[in-house]
Amino acid sequence: MTDRLLELRSVSRTFHLGTRQVRAVNAVTADVRRGECLAVVGESGSGKSTLANLILGVLPPDPGGEIRLEGEILPHRRQRRHRQAIQLVQQNPLSSLNPKRSIGASIRLALDVHGIGDRQDRPARVGALLEEVGLPADFATRPPAALSGGQRQRVAIARALACESGLVVLDEPTSALDVRVQSRVLALLAQLRAQRGLTYVFITHDLSVVRNIADRILVIEAGRVVEVGDTVNLFESPRHPCTRRLISAVPVIGAEEVAFRERVRGLAEGLQEAAGGTG
Amino acid sequence: MTPDVTDGAVTGMAGTGDRNGARETGKSIDTLAIRDLRLRFRGYTETTTVLHGISMRVAPEQRVALVGESGSGKTVIARAILGLLQLLPGAIVNGDIDFEGQDLTGLTTRAWRRLRGVRMSMIFQDPTSSLNPVFTIGEQFHEVHRRADPAIRRSVSGDRAAAILEEVSITEPDRVLESYPFQLSGGMNQRVMIAMAMANEPALLIADEPGTALDVTVQDQTLRLMRRLVDSHRTSVLFISHNLGVVREFADRVYVIYQGRIVEEGPSAAIFRDPRHAYTQALMAAAPRITGGGIPDVSEDEPAFLAPREVHPPEPTPTGDG
Ligand SMILES: Nc1ncnc2c1ncn2[C@@H]1O[C@H](COP(=O)(O)OP(=O)(O)OP(=O)(O)O)[C@@H](O)[C@H]1O
Ligand SMILES: Nc1ncnc2c1ncn2[C@@H]1O[C@H](COP(=O)(O)OP(=O)(O)OP(=O)(O)O)[C@@H](O)[C@H]1O
Ligand SMILES: [Mg+2]
Ligand SMILES: [Mg+2]
Repeated sequence: MTDRLLELRSVSRTFHLGTRQVRAVNAVTADVRRGECLAVVGESGSGKSTLANLILGVLPPDPGGEIRLEGEILPHRRQRRHRQAIQLVQQNPLSSLNPKRSIGASIRLALDVHGIGDRQDRPARVGALLEEVGLPADFATRPPAALSGGQRQRVAIARALACESGLVVLDEPTSALDVRVQSRVLALLAQLRAQRGLTYVFITHDLSVVRNIADRILVIEAGRVVEVGDTVNLFESPRHPCTRRLISAVPVIGAEEVAFRERVRGLAEGLQEAAGGTG
Repeated sequence: MTPDVTDGAVTGMAGTGDRNGARETGKSIDTLAIRDLRLRFRGYTETTTVLHGISMRVAPEQRVALVGESGSGKTVIARAILGLLQLLPGAIVNGDIDFEGQDLTGLTTRAWRRLRGVRMSMIFQDPTSSLNPVFTIGEQFHEVHRRADPAIRRSVSGDRAAAILEEVSITEPDRVLESYPFQLSGGMNQRVMIAMAMANEPALLIADEPGTALDVTVQDQTLRLMRRLVDSHRTSVLFISHNLGVVREFADRVYVIYQGRIVEEGPSAAIFRDPRHAYTQALMAAAPRITGGGIPDVSEDEPAFLAPREVHPPEPTPTGDG
């Protein structure tokens, strides 16, 4: 019996636009194990951010679906303890930071709301959090507009980590970071996971990142889960065409990687040929 | 030597030697020439210097990448080219920026309006700064088209918009045109911005992290569209990206920036084959690999990162066989 922290049971979400319907998430059933890093990958528009919003309770699922945290069904209207148990790093860091507030005040607010640390300690804690994500502590006085894209993204990560929640949902958290800063942030995430026993749902399109941090991977296509598996297995023998397509198109810089990609591309093409009935 | 045209997916993106050669030695007027660009921000107590004299050029039809550390000054360079940085109250900007041989300093507001979004356009890093939340995508496309053609009808604009959206792998262009930005995914909004920036076939396209929310297959499609624009309309591209794999496969020429200074420049192939500056080497070593191996260990910043600029010579033009 595995220790399931979060369980999704046929969770769907349909949007209505006039006469049109968009089923962004379609009967997703999945588990997130305590302490793991589960990557969610899929093509643009496949429903990843919608899934994140359903987990957070920002959006209600369609009737019939069920989301459980530690075995307890999560209502759409979450209580304070539910809200504290799950944190989100949003895909777009600008819209998630209040432009009128200094970034220090934004992080401080998160600490206040969640009642973390003593009142007197909080300013120092804000500075320490900024330094952890590689920003000078004196950035605390700046408004978000005076930060670069990657600096804002790191503020969003610092704020989510401030809350010390058990489950952190990260939606493209390192997409605006150069590879050096990205590696530092990923190392920090790994360290915090080990120290605090955090669990991550890590949404990203960057398979090179996924390969190196995720324990398991969930691939979604058009709102449906098409493949779930252990990271190493999934990269070595991807089964679903969507997975193969994603791996075989990764832009790379090393010769070894080119060879790996060619091999997966061979698998993807072999699959097409088999489907076409050619020998 | 036949260029591999059948393998379109990724290899086809690489700037092949002969194209590089032609682009490196182009004799025509540069689309963009920046000389000694300096920038300081006035704060409450002190002034911080962000750019310490940036010089770079983009030739017609060239695809130039700017890569470097978060916070090193890439976006501010892009905003300076568009004349937007100069509008910020606290910004002190010095240096020359020439666009198609014309000095942009002191351009009137009207002249800027004829230029921005028409002859030069930008894909912003942050989608909220260029998409308006209260208008549908279709209305926003109409606005963009009207800048180049004030009399254009809504229906004509809609057809054109749908066609270009299909080229960035939007499968339901009609739905997207009727939607507001919040009704679209992050990557869909990014593709809308890319399509809008290309709508008027500009001479210079500045793309600031255009693919951060795009999966590899869509990104590939989008880069192909950009390349087609380059080829058919002689557009030049200044491409800012953190994804070194994409840069290697898309750009002809690369500038590496660190703390407001260009530390290395040269043909893309040369920089990836033989990175010379300590910062460039550290950057390449930090890229995670799809073959695994864990998150790379990152060294601290070193004094050598501030060493003088390394300039690679143009690649020789291959002449059949060598
Ligand atoms: N309005 C401002 N006031 C003060 N400092 C600013 C302002 N805008 C930007 N900066 C600073 O200027 C530096 C360069 O910012 P810029 O946005 O160009 O970085 P970038 O290279 O695009 O980084 P990223 O890759 O993270 O987007 C950063 O250190 C940033 O904090
Ligand atoms: N509020 C909404 N109203 C209508 N449609 C929506 C809404 N939110 C999302 N959608 C639609 O749901 C689908 C899935 O969107 P979602 O944001 O979950 O994708 P995603 O996998 O996160 O994509 P990306 O990688 O591009 O961020 C898209 O077709 C989108 O247009
Ligand atoms: Mg998303
Ligand atoms: Mg930037």
